[in-house]
Amino acid sequence: MNDYFIRCENLSYIYEDTGESAIPVFHPALDGVSLNISRGEYLAILGHNGSGKSTLAKLISMILTPKSGKIYIDGTDITDETLGEDAQYELRRRVGMVFQNPDNQLVATVVEEDVAFGPENLGIPSDEIRKRVDDALSLVGMQDYKRHAPHKLSGGQKQRVAIAGIIAMHPDIIIFDEATAMLDPIGRRDVLAIMERLNREDGITVINITHYMDEAARADRIVVINDGKTLLDGTPDEVFSNVPLLHEVGLEAPQSAELIHALREAGLVINSNAITPEGCRDLLIRLLSGGDR
Amino acid sequence: MISDITLGQFFPGSSILHRLDPRTKLLLSLLYIIGVFLLNTPMAFILYTLITLSLILASRISMRVILKGIKPIVIVLIFTMIINILLTSGEGEPLFSFLIFAVYKEGIIRAFFMAYRVIMLIVGSSVLLTYTTSPIALTDGLESLLSPLKLIKVPVHLFAMMMTIALRFIPTLIEETETIMNAQKSRGANFTEGSIIKRARALIPILVPLFVSSFKRAEELAVAMECRCYRGDVGRTKMNKLKYRLRDILWLTVGALLFAGLILLSVKSAELSALGEAMRILFYKI
Repeated sequence: MNDYFIRCENLSYIYEDTGESAIPVFHPALDGVSLNISRGEYLAILGHNGSGKSTLAKLISMILTPKSGKIYIDGTDITDETLGEDAQYELRRRVGMVFQNPDNQLVATVVEEDVAFGPENLGIPSDEIRKRVDDALSLVGMQDYKRHAPHKLSGGQKQRVAIAGIIAMHPDIIIFDEATAMLDPIGRRDVLAIMERLNREDGITVINITHYMDEAARADRIVVINDGKTLLDGTPDEVFSNVPLLHEVGLEAPQSAELIHALREAGLVINSNAITPEGCRDLLIRLLSGGDR
Repeated sequence: MISDITLGQFFPGSSILHRLDPRTKLLLSLLYIIGVFLLNTPMAFILYTLITLSLILASRISMRVILKGIKPIVIVLIFTMIINILLTSGEGEPLFSFLIFAVYKEGIIRAFFMAYRVIMLIVGSSVLLTYTTSPIALTDGLESLLSPLKLIKVPVHLFAMMMTIALRFIPTLIEETETIMNAQKSRGANFTEGSIIKRARALIPILVPLFVSSFKRAEELAVAMECRCYRGDVGRTKMNKLKYRLRDILWLTVGALLFAGLILLSVKSAELSALGEAMRILFYKI
Protein backbone atom coordinates (compact mmCIF):
# COMPACT_ATOMS: atom_id res chain seq x y z
CA MET A 1 0.00 0.00 0.00
CA ASN A 2 2.94 2.29 0.63
CA ASP A 3 4.23 1.73 -2.88
CA TYR A 4 2.47 4.85 -4.07
CA PHE A 5 4.37 8.11 -3.77
CA ILE A 6 1.23 10.18 -3.36
CA ARG A 7 -1.99 8.80 -1.98
CA CYS A 8 -5.16 10.89 -1.89
CA GLU A 9 -8.04 9.36 0.00
CA ASN A 10 -11.57 10.64 -0.34
CA LEU A 11 -10.59 14.32 -0.70
CA SER A 12 -13.21 17.02 -0.42
CA TYR A 13 -12.87 20.74 -0.57
CA ILE A 14 -15.48 23.50 -0.44
CA TYR A 15 -14.95 27.11 -1.43
CA GLU A 16 -16.82 29.55 0.71
CA ASP A 17 -17.96 32.70 -1.05
CA THR A 18 -19.51 35.36 1.17
CA GLY A 19 -19.70 37.71 -1.80
CA GLU A 20 -22.20 40.55 -1.54
CA SER A 21 -24.92 38.74 0.36
CA ALA A 22 -24.50 38.07 4.06
CA ILE A 23 -25.25 34.36 3.68
CA PRO A 24 -22.17 32.44 2.55
CA VAL A 25 -22.49 30.44 -0.64
CA PHE A 26 -20.65 27.13 -0.75
CA HIS A 27 -19.08 25.81 -3.93
CA PRO A 28 -17.97 22.21 -3.62
CA ALA A 29 -14.74 22.05 -5.63
CA LEU A 30 -13.76 18.49 -4.84
CA ASP A 31 -16.12 15.77 -3.73
CA GLY A 32 -14.55 12.53 -2.59
CA VAL A 33 -11.61 12.20 -4.95
CA SER A 34 -9.20 9.33 -4.42
CA LEU A 35 -6.05 9.14 -6.45
CA ASN A 36 -2.79 7.25 -6.21
CA ILE A 37 0.36 8.39 -7.97
CA SER A 38 3.50 6.28 -8.28
CA ARG A 39 7.02 7.58 -8.13
CA GLY A 40 8.29 8.62 -11.56
CA GLU A 41 4.85 8.72 -13.14
CA TYR A 42 3.90 11.19 -15.87
CA LEU A 43 0.31 12.04 -15.14
CA ALA A 44 -2.07 14.46 -16.82
CA ILE A 45 -5.12 15.79 -15.05
CA LEU A 46 -7.83 16.92 -17.45
CA GLY A 47 -10.95 18.90 -16.83
CA HIS A 48 -12.66 22.05 -17.97
CA ASN A 49 -12.55 25.29 -15.96
CA GLY A 50 -14.04 24.92 -12.52
CA SER A 51 -13.84 21.13 -12.55
CA GLY A 52 -11.68 21.11 -9.43
CA LYS A 53 -8.43 20.08 -11.08
CA SER A 54 -6.48 23.09 -9.80
CA THR A 55 -7.93 22.63 -6.32
CA LEU A 56 -6.52 19.12 -6.31
CA ALA A 57 -3.07 20.51 -7.14
CA LYS A 58 -3.34 23.11 -4.38
CA LEU A 59 -4.25 20.43 -1.87
CA ILE A 60 -1.26 18.25 -2.81
CA SER A 61 1.11 21.23 -2.59
CA MET A 62 -0.33 22.24 0.79
CA ILE A 63 -1.59 25.64 -0.30
CA LEU A 64 -5.06 24.53 0.76
CA THR A 65 -6.08 22.06 3.44
CA PRO A 66 -8.83 19.58 2.57
CA LYS A 67 -12.16 19.78 4.38
CA SER A 68 -12.08 16.03 4.67
CA GLY A 69 -9.93 13.18 3.45
CA LYS A 70 -6.23 12.40 3.72
CA ILE A 71 -3.17 13.01 1.56
CA TYR A 72 0.02 11.02 2.05
CA ILE A 73 3.26 12.04 0.40
CA ASP A 74 5.87 9.29 0.64
CA GLY A 75 4.04 7.89 3.63
CA THR A 76 3.74 11.20 5.51
CA ASP A 77 0.24 12.46 6.22
CA ILE A 78 0.34 16.10 5.10
CA THR A 79 -3.10 16.83 6.51
CA ASP A 80 -1.79 16.02 9.98
CA GLU A 81 -2.06 19.26 11.96
CA THR A 82 0.64 18.25 14.41
CA LEU A 83 3.19 18.24 11.58
CA GLY A 84 6.09 20.52 12.55
CA GLU A 85 6.96 23.63 10.55
CA ASP A 86 10.29 22.21 9.36
CA ALA A 87 8.59 19.02 8.18
CA GLN A 88 6.05 21.14 6.31
CA TYR A 89 8.74 23.12 4.50
CA GLU A 90 10.61 19.91 3.68
CA LEU A 91 7.42 18.59 2.06
CA ARG A 92 6.99 21.87 0.17
CA ARG A 93 10.52 21.50 -1.17
CA ARG A 94 9.73 18.01 -2.42
CA VAL A 95 6.56 19.16 -4.20
CA GLY A 96 7.33 21.89 -6.74
CA MET A 97 4.61 23.96 -8.36
CA VAL A 98 4.72 25.83 -11.66
CA PHE A 99 1.80 28.20 -12.13
CA GLN A 100 -0.11 29.59 -15.07
CA ASN A 101 1.07 33.19 -15.15
CA PRO A 102 4.86 33.24 -15.55
CA ASP A 103 5.02 36.89 -14.49
CA ASN A 104 3.49 36.32 -11.09
CA GLN A 105 5.94 33.72 -9.88
CA LEU A 106 9.25 35.45 -10.55
CA VAL A 107 10.54 37.35 -7.54
CA ALA A 108 13.91 38.85 -8.42
CA THR A 109 15.09 41.43 -10.95
CA VAL A 110 17.79 39.15 -12.39
CA VAL A 111 17.16 35.66 -13.80
CA GLU A 112 19.85 33.84 -11.78
CA GLU A 113 18.81 35.60 -8.58
CA ASP A 114 15.31 34.34 -9.12
CA VAL A 115 16.43 30.76 -9.66
CA ALA A 116 18.48 31.10 -6.47
CA PHE A 117 15.45 32.23 -4.46
CA GLY A 118 14.23 28.73 -3.56
CA PRO A 119 17.62 27.27 -2.55
CA GLU A 120 18.33 30.47 -0.56
CA ASN A 121 15.13 29.92 1.39
CA LEU A 122 16.26 26.37 2.14
CA GLY A 123 19.47 27.67 3.67
CA ILE A 124 21.83 25.95 1.25
CA PRO A 125 25.49 27.11 1.28
CA SER A 126 26.42 29.74 -1.34
CA ASP A 127 28.73 27.57 -3.47
CA GLU A 128 26.13 24.83 -3.69
CA ILE A 129 23.44 27.37 -4.69
CA ARG A 130 25.66 28.71 -7.47
CA LYS A 131 26.13 25.19 -8.80
CA ARG A 132 22.44 24.35 -8.58
CA VAL A 133 21.45 27.60 -10.33
CA ASP A 134 23.87 26.99 -13.21
CA ASP A 135 22.73 23.36 -13.57
CA ALA A 136 19.04 24.28 -13.47
CA LEU A 137 19.44 27.09 -16.00
CA SER A 138 21.32 24.92 -18.48
CA LEU A 139 18.74 22.17 -18.02
CA VAL A 140 16.01 24.52 -19.27
CA GLY A 141 18.34 26.06 -21.87
CA MET A 142 18.39 29.52 -20.31
CA GLN A 143 22.05 29.69 -19.28
CA ASP A 144 22.72 32.51 -21.74
CA TYR A 145 20.11 34.69 -20.06
CA LYS A 146 21.26 34.38 -16.48
CA ARG A 147 22.09 38.06 -16.10
CA HIS A 148 18.93 39.25 -17.88
CA ALA A 149 15.94 41.01 -16.36
CA PRO A 150 12.85 38.75 -16.32
CA HIS A 151 10.51 41.37 -17.78
CA LYS A 152 12.52 41.44 -21.01
CA LEU A 153 11.98 37.71 -21.66
CA SER A 154 9.15 36.09 -23.62
CA GLY A 155 6.38 34.21 -21.82
CA GLY A 156 7.92 30.84 -22.65
CA GLN A 157 11.35 31.96 -21.47
CA LYS A 158 9.90 33.29 -18.22
CA GLN A 159 8.14 29.99 -17.65
CA ARG A 160 11.44 28.15 -18.26
CA VAL A 161 13.09 30.37 -15.63
CA ALA A 162 10.25 29.58 -13.23
CA ILE A 163 10.81 25.85 -13.87
CA ALA A 164 14.54 26.28 -13.26
CA GLY A 165 13.68 27.93 -9.93
CA ILE A 166 11.78 24.80 -8.94
CA ILE A 167 14.41 22.36 -10.28
CA ALA A 168 17.09 24.12 -8.21
CA MET A 169 15.23 23.01 -5.08
CA HIS A 170 15.68 19.35 -6.15
CA PRO A 171 12.03 18.31 -5.85
CA ASP A 172 10.68 14.77 -6.20
CA ILE A 173 7.56 15.89 -7.98
CA ILE A 174 6.62 18.93 -10.06
CA ILE A 175 3.01 19.96 -10.58
CA PHE A 176 2.40 22.12 -13.66
CA ASP A 177 -0.85 23.97 -12.99
CA GLU A 178 -1.90 25.02 -16.51
CA ALA A 179 1.67 26.13 -17.00
CA THR A 180 1.30 26.32 -20.78
CA ALA A 181 -2.08 28.07 -20.90
CA MET A 182 -0.67 31.58 -21.39
CA LEU A 183 2.15 30.69 -23.77
CA ASP A 184 2.50 30.90 -27.53
CA PRO A 185 2.98 27.63 -29.49
CA ILE A 186 6.78 27.82 -29.32
CA GLY A 187 6.75 28.48 -25.59
CA ARG A 188 4.29 25.64 -25.08
CA ARG A 189 6.44 23.22 -27.04
CA ASP A 190 9.56 24.17 -25.05
CA VAL A 191 7.87 23.82 -21.67
CA LEU A 192 6.33 20.50 -22.64
CA ALA A 193 9.68 19.19 -23.82
CA ILE A 194 11.32 20.18 -20.51
CA MET A 195 8.48 18.55 -18.58
CA GLU A 196 9.01 15.28 -20.41
CA ARG A 197 12.78 15.39 -20.13
CA LEU A 198 12.54 15.94 -16.37
CA ASN A 199 10.30 12.91 -16.14
CA ARG A 200 12.27 10.55 -18.39
CA GLU A 201 15.84 11.54 -17.60
CA ASP A 202 15.73 12.76 -14.03
CA GLY A 203 12.97 10.51 -12.77
CA ILE A 204 10.91 13.40 -11.44
CA THR A 205 7.22 12.67 -11.03
CA VAL A 206 5.32 15.08 -13.27
CA ILE A 207 1.68 16.08 -12.97
CA ASN A 208 0.48 18.21 -15.86
CA ILE A 209 -2.84 19.89 -15.16
CA THR A 210 -4.20 21.08 -18.45
CA HIS A 211 -7.16 21.50 -20.68
CA TYR A 212 -5.21 20.82 -23.85
CA MET A 213 -6.05 17.31 -25.04
CA ASP A 214 -2.94 16.92 -27.17
CA GLU A 215 -0.77 17.63 -24.11
CA ALA A 216 -2.66 15.14 -22.00
CA ALA A 217 -2.32 12.52 -24.74
CA ARG A 218 1.46 12.54 -24.26
CA ALA A 219 1.28 11.49 -20.61
CA ASP A 220 1.50 7.90 -19.32
CA ARG A 221 -1.81 8.22 -17.56
CA ILE A 222 -4.77 10.59 -17.63
CA VAL A 223 -7.21 11.41 -14.87
CA VAL A 224 -10.33 13.28 -15.97
CA ILE A 225 -11.99 15.31 -13.27
CA ASN A 226 -15.51 16.63 -13.63
CA ASP A 227 -17.64 18.42 -11.04
CA GLY A 228 -15.16 17.55 -8.31
CA LYS A 229 -15.22 13.83 -9.04
CA THR A 230 -12.92 11.45 -10.87
CA LEU A 231 -14.64 10.66 -14.15
CA LEU A 232 -12.02 8.59 -15.95
CA ASP A 233 -8.64 7.23 -14.96
CA GLY A 234 -6.44 5.30 -17.34
CA THR A 235 -3.93 5.37 -20.17
CA PRO A 236 -4.52 7.96 -22.93
CA ASP A 237 -5.74 5.13 -25.18
CA GLU A 238 -8.33 4.06 -22.64
CA VAL A 239 -9.48 7.57 -21.76
CA PHE A 240 -9.74 8.90 -25.29
CA SER A 241 -11.53 5.83 -26.60
CA ASN A 242 -14.49 6.97 -24.54
CA VAL A 243 -15.34 9.91 -26.76
CA PRO A 244 -19.12 10.02 -26.00
CA LEU A 245 -18.49 10.33 -22.26
CA LEU A 246 -15.97 13.11 -22.81
CA HIS A 247 -18.49 14.96 -24.96
CA GLU A 248 -21.10 14.56 -22.28
CA VAL A 249 -19.01 16.54 -19.78
CA GLY A 250 -18.02 19.20 -22.29
CA LEU A 251 -14.55 17.93 -23.18
CA GLU A 252 -13.12 16.92 -26.51
CA ALA A 253 -10.76 14.12 -27.37
CA PRO A 254 -7.65 14.86 -29.48
CA GLN A 255 -8.57 15.46 -33.12
CA SER A 256 -7.29 12.05 -34.19
CA ALA A 257 -9.55 10.29 -31.69
CA GLU A 258 -12.42 12.54 -32.70
CA LEU A 259 -11.91 11.59 -36.36
CA ILE A 260 -11.93 7.87 -35.62
CA HIS A 261 -15.04 8.38 -33.50
CA ALA A 262 -16.77 10.28 -36.33
CA LEU A 263 -15.86 7.53 -38.82
CA ARG A 264 -17.35 4.94 -36.48
CA GLU A 265 -20.48 7.00 -36.07
CA ALA A 266 -20.76 7.03 -39.85
CA GLY A 267 -20.90 3.26 -39.77
CA LEU A 268 -17.31 2.29 -40.47
CA VAL A 269 -16.10 -0.65 -38.42
CA ILE A 270 -12.78 0.21 -36.77
CA ASN A 271 -11.44 -1.93 -33.99
CA SER A 272 -8.30 -0.10 -32.93
CA ASN A 273 -7.80 3.43 -31.70
CA ALA A 274 -5.49 6.30 -32.49
CA ILE A 275 -4.84 9.36 -30.37
CA THR A 276 -1.82 10.84 -32.13
CA PRO A 277 -1.72 12.18 -35.71
CA GLU A 278 0.89 9.52 -36.57
CA GLY A 279 -1.23 6.70 -35.17
CA CYS A 280 -4.25 8.05 -37.01
CA ARG A 281 -2.27 8.23 -40.27
CA ASP A 282 -1.13 4.62 -39.97
CA LEU A 283 -4.65 3.49 -39.17
CA LEU A 284 -6.08 5.31 -42.18
CA ILE A 285 -3.42 3.91 -44.50
CA ARG A 286 -4.27 0.41 -43.28
CA LEU A 287 -7.98 1.10 -43.78
CA LEU A 288 -7.55 2.53 -47.26
CA SER A 289 -5.36 -0.33 -48.37
CA GLY A 290 -8.07 -2.69 -47.16
CA GLY A 291 -5.89 -4.26 -44.51
CA ASP A 292 -6.32 -5.10 -40.88
CA ARG A 293 -8.85 -2.97 -39.06
CA MET B 1 6.32 55.63 -24.49
CA ILE B 2 6.14 55.19 -20.73
CA SER B 3 8.19 52.03 -20.86
CA ASP B 4 11.19 54.16 -21.90
CA ILE B 5 11.55 55.23 -18.29
CA THR B 6 14.60 53.46 -16.98
CA LEU B 7 14.32 53.15 -13.26
CA GLY B 8 17.46 53.52 -11.23
CA GLN B 9 19.29 53.99 -14.54
CA PHE B 10 21.85 51.28 -13.94
CA PHE B 11 24.54 51.07 -16.64
CA PRO B 12 26.16 47.62 -16.54
CA GLY B 13 29.92 47.70 -16.74
CA SER B 14 33.11 46.45 -15.15
CA SER B 15 34.82 49.62 -13.97
CA ILE B 16 36.43 49.78 -10.54
CA LEU B 17 33.32 51.55 -9.24
CA HIS B 18 31.08 48.81 -10.61
CA ARG B 19 33.12 46.18 -8.83
CA LEU B 20 33.13 47.85 -5.42
CA ASP B 21 30.95 46.35 -2.72
CA PRO B 22 27.57 48.16 -2.62
CA ARG B 23 28.05 48.82 1.10
CA THR B 24 31.32 50.61 0.39
CA LYS B 25 29.56 52.76 -2.18
CA LEU B 26 26.68 53.50 0.17
CA LEU B 27 29.07 54.59 2.92
CA LEU B 28 31.18 56.65 0.52
CA SER B 29 28.14 58.42 -0.88
CA LEU B 30 27.02 59.21 2.66
CA LEU B 31 30.39 60.89 3.25
CA TYR B 32 30.12 62.57 -0.14
CA ILE B 33 26.69 64.01 0.64
CA ILE B 34 27.70 65.26 4.07
CA GLY B 35 30.84 66.69 2.47
CA VAL B 36 28.99 68.80 -0.04
CA PHE B 37 27.19 70.66 2.73
CA LEU B 38 30.34 71.21 4.78
CA LEU B 39 32.55 72.89 2.21
CA ASN B 40 32.74 76.66 2.21
CA THR B 41 36.25 77.70 1.22
CA PRO B 42 37.70 77.89 -2.31
CA MET B 43 40.30 75.22 -1.53
CA ALA B 44 37.60 72.85 -0.32
CA PHE B 45 35.66 73.50 -3.52
CA ILE B 46 38.66 72.68 -5.67
CA LEU B 47 39.29 69.45 -3.72
CA TYR B 48 35.63 68.51 -3.98
CA THR B 49 35.52 69.17 -7.73
CA LEU B 50 38.62 67.04 -8.18
CA ILE B 51 37.06 64.20 -6.19
CA THR B 52 33.91 64.34 -8.30
CA LEU B 53 35.86 64.40 -11.57
CA SER B 54 37.96 61.41 -10.55
CA LEU B 55 34.81 59.52 -9.57
CA ILE B 56 33.37 60.16 -13.03
CA LEU B 57 36.60 58.96 -14.62
CA ALA B 58 36.67 55.87 -12.40
CA SER B 59 33.11 54.95 -13.35
CA ARG B 60 33.91 55.06 -17.11
CA ILE B 61 30.49 56.58 -17.68
CA SER B 62 30.48 58.99 -20.57
CA MET B 63 30.20 62.72 -19.85
CA ARG B 64 27.15 62.87 -22.13
CA VAL B 65 25.18 60.51 -19.88
CA ILE B 66 26.11 62.56 -16.84
CA LEU B 67 25.08 65.85 -18.45
CA LYS B 68 21.83 64.22 -19.48
CA GLY B 69 21.24 63.35 -15.83
CA ILE B 70 21.48 67.03 -14.87
CA LYS B 71 19.24 68.23 -17.69
CA PRO B 72 15.87 67.67 -15.99
CA ILE B 73 16.75 70.01 -13.11
CA VAL B 74 18.35 72.82 -15.14
CA ILE B 75 15.18 74.93 -15.24
CA VAL B 76 14.54 74.56 -11.51
CA LEU B 77 18.18 75.39 -10.88
CA ILE B 78 18.15 78.56 -12.99
CA PHE B 79 14.95 79.67 -11.34
CA THR B 80 16.30 79.24 -7.80
CA MET B 81 19.56 80.92 -8.82
CA ILE B 82 17.65 84.00 -10.00
CA ILE B 83 15.60 84.09 -6.80
CA ASN B 84 18.79 83.79 -4.76
CA ILE B 85 20.53 86.56 -6.67
CA LEU B 86 17.58 88.93 -6.44
CA LEU B 87 16.57 88.35 -2.85
CA THR B 88 19.90 88.10 -1.06
CA SER B 89 21.01 91.33 0.48
CA GLY B 90 24.60 91.93 1.43
CA GLU B 91 26.83 94.46 3.10
CA GLY B 92 28.18 97.38 1.12
CA GLU B 93 26.98 98.81 -2.15
CA PRO B 94 24.86 96.67 -4.49
CA LEU B 95 26.58 95.82 -7.79
CA PHE B 96 23.58 97.19 -9.66
CA SER B 97 19.88 97.57 -9.12
CA PHE B 98 16.77 97.67 -11.21
CA LEU B 99 13.08 98.09 -10.37
CA ILE B 100 12.78 97.08 -6.73
CA PHE B 101 15.67 94.59 -6.84
CA ALA B 102 19.24 95.13 -5.82
CA VAL B 103 21.93 92.65 -6.77
CA TYR B 104 24.78 92.12 -4.31
CA LYS B 105 28.00 90.19 -4.63
CA GLU B 106 26.89 87.87 -1.81
CA GLY B 107 23.77 86.94 -3.76
CA ILE B 108 25.75 85.88 -6.78
CA ILE B 109 28.19 83.85 -4.70
CA ARG B 110 25.34 82.21 -2.81
CA ALA B 111 23.47 81.33 -6.01
CA PHE B 112 26.62 79.86 -7.49
CA PHE B 113 27.33 77.74 -4.39
CA MET B 114 23.79 76.52 -4.27
CA ALA B 115 23.83 75.45 -7.92
CA TYR B 116 27.24 73.85 -7.47
CA ARG B 117 26.06 71.84 -4.46
CA VAL B 118 22.93 70.54 -6.18
CA ILE B 119 24.81 69.54 -9.34
CA MET B 120 27.58 67.83 -7.37
CA LEU B 121 24.98 66.03 -5.27
CA ILE B 122 23.25 64.60 -8.32
CA VAL B 123 26.40 63.77 -10.26
CA GLY B 124 28.18 62.23 -7.30
CA SER B 125 25.36 60.10 -5.97
CA SER B 126 24.38 58.83 -9.40
CA VAL B 127 27.95 57.96 -10.35
CA LEU B 128 28.64 56.34 -6.99
CA LEU B 129 25.33 54.55 -6.63
CA THR B 130 22.62 54.37 -9.25
CA TYR B 131 24.70 54.33 -12.45
CA THR B 132 27.19 51.74 -11.24
CA THR B 133 25.20 49.57 -8.83
CA SER B 134 22.45 47.18 -9.90
CA PRO B 135 19.21 47.65 -7.96
CA ILE B 136 19.54 44.21 -6.43
CA ALA B 137 23.07 44.93 -5.20
CA LEU B 138 21.82 48.19 -3.77
CA THR B 139 19.04 46.42 -1.87
CA ASP B 140 21.47 43.77 -0.62
CA GLY B 141 23.87 46.48 0.51
CA LEU B 142 21.15 48.38 2.34
CA GLU B 143 19.91 45.21 4.01
CA SER B 144 23.40 44.36 5.17
CA LEU B 145 24.21 47.88 6.41
CA LEU B 146 20.93 48.17 8.27
CA SER B 147 21.08 44.65 9.71
CA PRO B 148 22.15 45.89 13.19
CA LEU B 149 18.63 47.35 13.40
CA LYS B 150 17.32 43.77 13.52
CA LEU B 151 18.39 43.76 17.15
CA ILE B 152 15.70 46.31 17.92
CA LYS B 153 13.16 44.30 15.90
CA VAL B 154 13.18 46.41 12.76
CA PRO B 155 12.12 44.04 9.92
CA VAL B 156 15.07 44.94 7.70
CA HIS B 157 14.84 41.79 5.60
CA LEU B 158 11.16 42.40 4.82
CA PHE B 159 11.88 45.98 3.72
CA ALA B 160 14.62 44.74 1.39
CA MET B 161 12.31 42.02 0.04
CA MET B 162 9.56 44.55 -0.59
CA MET B 163 11.99 46.81 -2.42
CA THR B 164 13.20 43.94 -4.61
CA ILE B 165 9.64 42.93 -5.49
CA ALA B 166 8.70 46.55 -6.21
CA LEU B 167 11.68 46.89 -8.57
CA ARG B 168 10.79 43.58 -10.19
CA PHE B 169 7.17 44.57 -10.84
CA ILE B 170 7.52 48.21 -11.91
CA PRO B 171 8.19 47.30 -15.58
CA THR B 172 5.39 44.72 -15.51
CA LEU B 173 2.93 47.24 -14.13
CA ILE B 174 4.01 49.89 -16.63
CA GLU B 175 3.37 47.41 -19.42
CA GLU B 176 -0.02 46.64 -17.95
CA THR B 177 -0.89 50.34 -17.66
CA GLU B 178 -0.19 50.73 -21.36
CA THR B 179 -2.41 47.78 -22.22
CA ILE B 180 -5.27 49.15 -20.12
CA MET B 181 -4.82 52.64 -21.59
CA ASN B 182 -4.97 51.24 -25.10
CA ALA B 183 -8.05 49.24 -24.21
CA GLN B 184 -9.77 52.38 -22.88
CA LYS B 185 -8.60 54.46 -25.84
CA SER B 186 -10.04 51.93 -28.26
CA ARG B 187 -13.36 52.44 -26.50
CA GLY B 188 -13.16 56.18 -26.95
CA ALA B 189 -11.46 57.37 -23.76
CA ASN B 190 -9.57 60.61 -24.15
CA PHE B 191 -6.57 61.25 -21.92
CA THR B 192 -5.09 64.27 -23.64
CA GLU B 193 -7.89 66.77 -24.05
CA GLY B 194 -10.15 68.69 -21.73
CA SER B 195 -9.63 70.43 -18.41
CA ILE B 196 -7.32 69.05 -15.76
CA ILE B 197 -10.26 67.71 -13.79
CA LYS B 198 -11.61 65.98 -16.86
CA ARG B 199 -8.24 64.42 -17.61
CA ALA B 200 -7.82 63.30 -14.02
CA ARG B 201 -11.24 61.68 -14.15
CA ALA B 202 -10.22 59.86 -17.31
CA LEU B 203 -7.48 58.18 -15.27
CA ILE B 204 -9.94 56.47 -12.93
CA PRO B 205 -10.85 53.71 -15.43
CA ILE B 206 -7.12 53.02 -15.71
CA LEU B 207 -6.29 52.99 -12.03
CA VAL B 208 -9.16 50.78 -10.91
CA PRO B 209 -8.31 47.78 -13.13
CA LEU B 210 -4.62 48.33 -12.42
CA PHE B 211 -5.23 48.09 -8.67
CA VAL B 212 -7.46 45.06 -9.01
CA SER B 213 -4.89 43.21 -11.07
CA SER B 214 -2.07 44.24 -8.71
CA PHE B 215 -3.88 42.64 -5.79
CA LYS B 216 -4.40 39.50 -7.85
CA ARG B 217 -0.73 39.47 -8.80
CA ALA B 218 0.29 39.96 -5.17
CA GLU B 219 -1.80 37.00 -4.10
CA GLU B 220 -0.44 34.73 -6.81
CA LEU B 221 3.11 35.81 -6.06
CA ALA B 222 2.63 35.14 -2.35
CA VAL B 223 1.42 31.61 -3.11
CA ALA B 224 4.33 31.01 -5.49
CA MET B 225 6.80 32.30 -2.88
CA GLU B 226 5.33 30.08 -0.22
CA CYS B 227 5.62 27.09 -2.55
CA ARG B 228 9.28 27.96 -2.90
CA CYS B 229 9.65 27.65 0.86
CA TYR B 230 9.92 31.37 1.62
CA ARG B 231 9.64 31.97 5.35
CA GLY B 232 11.15 35.41 5.85
CA ASP B 233 14.82 35.39 6.72
CA VAL B 234 14.52 32.27 8.89
CA GLY B 235 17.48 30.08 8.00
CA ARG B 236 18.03 31.92 4.73
CA THR B 237 21.35 31.96 2.86
CA LYS B 238 22.47 34.05 -0.12
CA MET B 239 23.94 32.93 -3.43
CA ASN B 240 25.98 36.11 -3.83
CA LYS B 241 27.32 36.91 -0.41
CA LEU B 242 28.61 40.44 -0.02
CA LYS B 243 32.29 40.41 0.81
CA TYR B 244 34.56 43.33 1.66
CA ARG B 245 37.73 43.02 -0.39
CA LEU B 246 41.04 44.79 -0.14
CA ARG B 247 39.90 47.40 -2.66
CA ASP B 248 36.87 48.22 -0.50
CA ILE B 249 39.06 48.84 2.53
CA LEU B 250 41.36 50.94 0.36
CA TRP B 251 38.53 53.04 -1.03
CA LEU B 252 36.97 53.53 2.38
CA THR B 253 40.32 54.65 3.83
CA VAL B 254 40.93 57.11 0.98
CA GLY B 255 37.35 58.32 1.30
CA ALA B 256 37.72 58.91 5.03
CA LEU B 257 41.04 60.73 4.51
CA LEU B 258 39.57 62.97 1.81
CA PHE B 259 36.58 63.66 4.04
CA ALA B 260 38.92 64.68 6.88
CA GLY B 261 40.88 66.88 4.47
CA LEU B 262 37.65 68.47 3.32
CA ILE B 263 36.70 69.31 6.90
CA LEU B 264 40.11 70.81 7.56
CA LEU B 265 39.90 72.92 4.39
CA SER B 266 36.36 74.04 5.16
CA VAL B 267 36.87 75.09 8.73
CA LYS B 268 37.79 78.78 8.69
CA SER B 269 41.31 79.53 9.81
CA ALA B 270 40.03 81.37 12.86
CA GLU B 271 38.09 78.32 13.96
CA LEU B 272 41.12 76.19 13.22
CA SER B 273 43.36 78.24 15.50
CA ALA B 274 40.68 78.13 18.16
CA LEU B 275 40.64 74.36 17.78
CA GLY B 276 44.43 74.31 18.07
CA GLU B 277 44.24 76.45 21.18
CA ALA B 278 41.71 74.10 22.74
CA MET B 279 43.91 71.11 21.97
CA ARG B 280 46.92 72.84 23.46
CA ILE B 281 45.07 73.56 26.69
CA LEU B 282 43.82 70.01 26.79
CA PHE B 283 47.30 68.54 26.32
CA TYR B 284 48.78 71.09 28.73
CA LYS B 285 46.39 69.92 31.42
CA ILE B 286 47.31 66.31 30.83
